[in-house]
Amino acid sequence: MTSPLEQKKIKIAGPSIVTANRTWDGAVVYRTAGHGWSTDLTEAAVVRTADAARDLLSEAAADDVNAVGPYIAPVAVDQTGTIAPGNLRERIRLDGVTIPLLPVAVAA
Amino acid sequence: MYAYDDIDRTLLSERVSEFRDQVKRRLSGELTEDEFKMLRLQNGVYLQLHAYMFRVAIPYGTLSSKQLRRLAHVARTYDRGYGHFTTRQNIQFNWIKLAELPDALADLAEVGIHSMQTSGNNTRNVTSDQWAGVAPGEVEDPRIWSEILRQYTTLHPEFSFLPRKFKFAITASKHDRAAIKIHDVGLRLHRNDKGETGFEVMVGGGLGRTPFLAKTIRHFVHGHDLLSYVEAILRVYNRYGRRDNIYKARIKILVHELGADKFAQEVEEEWRQMDKRVLTLTDADIENVRSRFSYPVYENLPHMPDELKAAAHDTRFEAWRKNSVAPHKVPGYAIVTLSLKPVGMPPGDATAEQMDAIADLADRYSFGEIRVGHEQNLALPHVAKRDLPALWRALDKIGVATPNVNLVSDIIACPGLDYCSLANARSIPIAQELTRRFANHETASLIGRLHINISGCINACGHHHVGHIGILGVEKNGQEVYQITIGGRADENAELGNLIGPAVPYGEVADVVEDIVEAYLALREGPDELFIDAVKRLGVEPFRERVYATR
Repeated sequence: MTSPLEQKKIKIAGPSIVTANRTWDGAVVYRTAGHGWSTDLTEAAVVRTADAARDLLSEAAADDVNAVGPYIAPVAVDQTGTIAPGNLRERIRLDGVTIPLLPVAVAA
Repeated sequence: MYAYDDIDRTLLSERVSEFRDQVKRRLSGELTEDEFKMLRLQNGVYLQLHAYMFRVAIPYGTLSSKQLRRLAHVARTYDRGYGHFTTRQNIQFNWIKLAELPDALADLAEVGIHSMQTSGNNTRNVTSDQWAGVAPGEVEDPRIWSEILRQYTTLHPEFSFLPRKFKFAITASKHDRAAIKIHDVGLRLHRNDKGETGFEVMVGGGLGRTPFLAKTIRHFVHGHDLLSYVEAILRVYNRYGRRDNIYKARIKILVHELGADKFAQEVEEEWRQMDKRVLTLTDADIENVRSRFSYPVYENLPHMPDELKAAAHDTRFEAWRKNSVAPHKVPGYAIVTLSLKPVGMPPGDATAEQMDAIADLADRYSFGEIRVGHEQNLALPHVAKRDLPALWRALDKIGVATPNVNLVSDIIACPGLDYCSLANARSIPIAQELTRRFANHETASLIGRLHINISGCINACGHHHVGHIGILGVEKNGQEVYQITIGGRADENAELGNLIGPAVPYGEVADVVEDIVEAYLALREGPDELFIDAVKRLGVEPFRERVYATR
């Protein structure tokens, strides 16, 4: 039987990566070229075709023990090869919330 | 406070053990995410942008100081030192680790707190008026009935896999502080001509992408019949509610498509033919639950104690007292709202240190009890008026005495794109900017009561449809833009707001809100005409003109 992933048509509009959340703590992780996961976006495997994206996503989805909910996300790659998130959602996932975390320091 | 018995304690303990085993099997790979997802959701565990999110129920918004300290402990030990109070009397922890969740659950279970049914397609946390039991003029304490419903719906096998989530809210006051008309079932406690306690039953309210206000399907259901009538509603929903389309699965869609009259007929027919014996509440059943709520032994205290007279010269204290202190059913006492909306900060967040300090103040000044309201503020429900000046100084020190309750900066906001995997746009930074724009207390007081609600997506956790000013974040061509509605309200005169025009960019939202407020100040008949009343009188048009004339 064809898996749902294989049935799904995958389109990408530019350089892309596969990202997910790490199972034990939920941290944001990126699929690497070495068939593992990294919390460092610069270590992410970048794909540029739909077929390559499908393969990377299939491989990531097969590793259900270590990461949850993999999906393809856009990135921007500059001339030096530096990878940056391709949209606001991914920027927030990488850099954290855009607001201060702790409301008030409590007086002693 | 409600006292748990051995059955409750055993249930929670067994639930923790069960979830501990499920987590262990998930981490070992024995359970796949597909298999585990339903199990974690049934324990209030979501996966958000940065981490797992853990949602803990605060049934009918009542907490003991011991329970609040334990929530602080969870924030400090397993999370990043703070929690977020939601619009449904829950608290969320945003950075919890799956591997540590069973320990957090076990710590909470020791004080009778849990996360069962804070997610999933089941009956959710039963919510109520945060002033329950202390509000003047209340028919009776709605928490008795909330607790009966909580016990009945918790792990009910027939209602654990409903077409979609299902939410109850109960109020017993004329002024609805529980937003019952935007719930799947809203219950208004009242008495019939014989003086018997019963409920007006409203069904099919809800927000999200298809907002509806609940419709009354029966004006009086006797208290003895509450469970059988509710079961009849749930059976009709379970039978006819759509399971083929998540967007049409809520009971509001069923009520809308059938029509309230036809839906009511279906419920009546189900109710008529069902065997009610086991579900009929006897006076003894009700009394048994009632007897497990403890109430303070109030003193005979003066309405205007010397301490209050002496503090009246302090303008900051007076501003806070007028704004955040409400009448209590017992003379000499007051209900104090603690604003979790300090200027420039996320609405509804509290640090572990604040929670600990509030728990200490509750012990000293409020018989050890704290309330949580759907507006994302806290309350101390039993404060002697003589203690108000001392309490205010202590609250001010920990940053929860901003005198903005029910004013323009008392903003309800969902976590938005900063945390939520469903969100399309940010909510919290919009709220922060608005609190800065309206930070001046004199200006906010001049504007008067005005509720702003912000949601970061169409799922409407920030209840934007029922904000006097509602702000909905959406994504368009990769940019955050915001639709603005006005005229919504969530009280006994609930209304859905109306869109004023095209969406505006992130950077213009605060300017637009300022324009709307300025238009109101220019157009109102006088200071007594509230914003919401002016919108009702004038309609959307004058506000639309003001906002879009130069855009």
